[in-house]
Amino acid sequence: MKKNRLVIALVALMLFVLSACGNTAKNDAAAKDKKEKSKAAPTEMILATTTSTQDSGLLDVLIPMFEEENNVKVKTIAVGTGQALEMGTKGEADALLVHAPAAEKKVVDAGDAINYKRVMYNDFVLVGPTENPAGVSGDDIKGAMKKIADSKSVFVSRGDDSGTHKKELSIWDAAGVKPAGDWYVSTGQGMGQTLQVAAEKKGYCLTDRATWLSQSKNLDTLKILVEGADDLLNIYHVMQVNPKKHDKVNSKDAEKFVNFMVDKKTQKVIADFGKKEYGQALFFNYTD
Amino acid sequence: MDLLIDGLKKAVEMIFTGNQEVFAITWLTLKVCLISILISTLLGLPLGIILGLTKFKGQKVLLMFANMGMGLPPVVAGLWITMLLWRSGPLGDLTLLYTPTAIIMAQVLVSLPIIVSLTCTSFQQINDKMLLQVKALGATKWQTLMILIKQSKMAIMAAIIAGFGRVIAEVGAAMMVGGNVQGDTRILTTTIVMEVSKGNFDIALALSFILLSAAFFITAALTFFQQRSRFS
Repeated sequence: MKKNRLVIALVALMLFVLSACGNTAKNDAAAKDKKEKSKAAPTEMILATTTSTQDSGLLDVLIPMFEEENNVKVKTIAVGTGQALEMGTKGEADALLVHAPAAEKKVVDAGDAINYKRVMYNDFVLVGPTENPAGVSGDDIKGAMKKIADSKSVFVSRGDDSGTHKKELSIWDAAGVKPAGDWYVSTGQGMGQTLQVAAEKKGYCLTDRATWLSQSKNLDTLKILVEGADDLLNIYHVMQVNPKKHDKVNSKDAEKFVNFMVDKKTQKVIADFGKKEYGQALFFNYTD
Repeated sequence: MDLLIDGLKKAVEMIFTGNQEVFAITWLTLKVCLISILISTLLGLPLGIILGLTKFKGQKVLLMFANMGMGLPPVVAGLWITMLLWRSGPLGDLTLLYTPTAIIMAQVLVSLPIIVSLTCTSFQQINDKMLLQVKALGATKWQTLMILIKQSKMAIMAAIIAGFGRVIAEVGAAMMVGGNVQGDTRILTTTIVMEVSKGNFDIALALSFILLSAAFFITAALTFFQQRSRFS
């Protein structure tokens, strides 16, 4: 009797788990039956993209539209632009939606990505503490960044090789400043978390406007200080990974995705996105 | 404080309004964790028993690896599994990356050492005199093993509970090999990370309460079985 108790306990656990699996299998089968009546099982496609498109909520609107129209299951992997491009050059993703034109060009030139198309833009803004210790304002981003460095005010950087990070580095470079020291904080995290760090540390931070707008409700110690400069433009491109170079990619659906992103109907959805919630658009149409 | 109350309210709301997505995510979390711990137990118990009862060359080295594995950071496990499952990797043709199966693989990798090591320790603790007595009474090898398992069942259950704690708390590997794909590999821990990075602290907090309740009920059930056997 005694020795049976443990066995009973383990068997009960196993049965629970197995029944759990059984149930879902049945549910899946039922769901599939329903679907199969109208169409075949969806194909799968991996989209490597930036955190800003996911964190702003844009993809939650666009991906279901695309999946519905083309009977595709899109696996969205939201990472920094650097990692997304790397996934492209390794053939680990089928389509890329990223925002670092200079780095993208290298990938396209190397032949890893084809069907390279401009999709949309918004802009980067420099946000900082409401006290504004470095006294920056206006639209001169280079001058502002130089002032921050000179006054050694806290600056919080993504530090994750993302599109925003690449942009920030290019501005430091243009301003002739090598950012280093106690005042320069590198988080290595996504935009949302980096903004939260900036709010806590009362630091300056370069962010894309979409993430800023969707998060500013939590960030009342920060405000926009510098915006509107030409070199703050944030341009997004879509592309598919070259099937000739990487034989395992799903090029059929990737091509459809590229076409979907530049399609008039999709572009209208992009242009309207965020107007209701934030009173202004988060992304603007910018096709070729 | 307000946030905490908001989070609790939201959690209750999510549970009672039957939020489909939250339900699916919780269900997937439980499924993935229970399957992982089941596989780890089925593999880890025999391994731990062999390691604890027999003596052979290299046994100590193996035990050392099992003990080290208890501290294996999930992100390291995640990185290895990712590289294994890449399209360009050795198992690329199986297209398992960004599937629940990949999460299970990573979770087995981090929970197996815990079960092996703790089972091994409990079998090493068995009194030699008792073993002699069992043999003297004429037990066959199989009967001896059964008696020893019965002796160690409390410790075995403790090992399973510890392993379960590891897999349900795990986020780094699940994020890496699962990719937090909506409706596919999004589990409670990865959803919490995502909601925090979106700045939705109330939703993240609500999900954390759901995760804790799930962990509580399962651990409570396991503890119940463990303690019940104590008095029988």
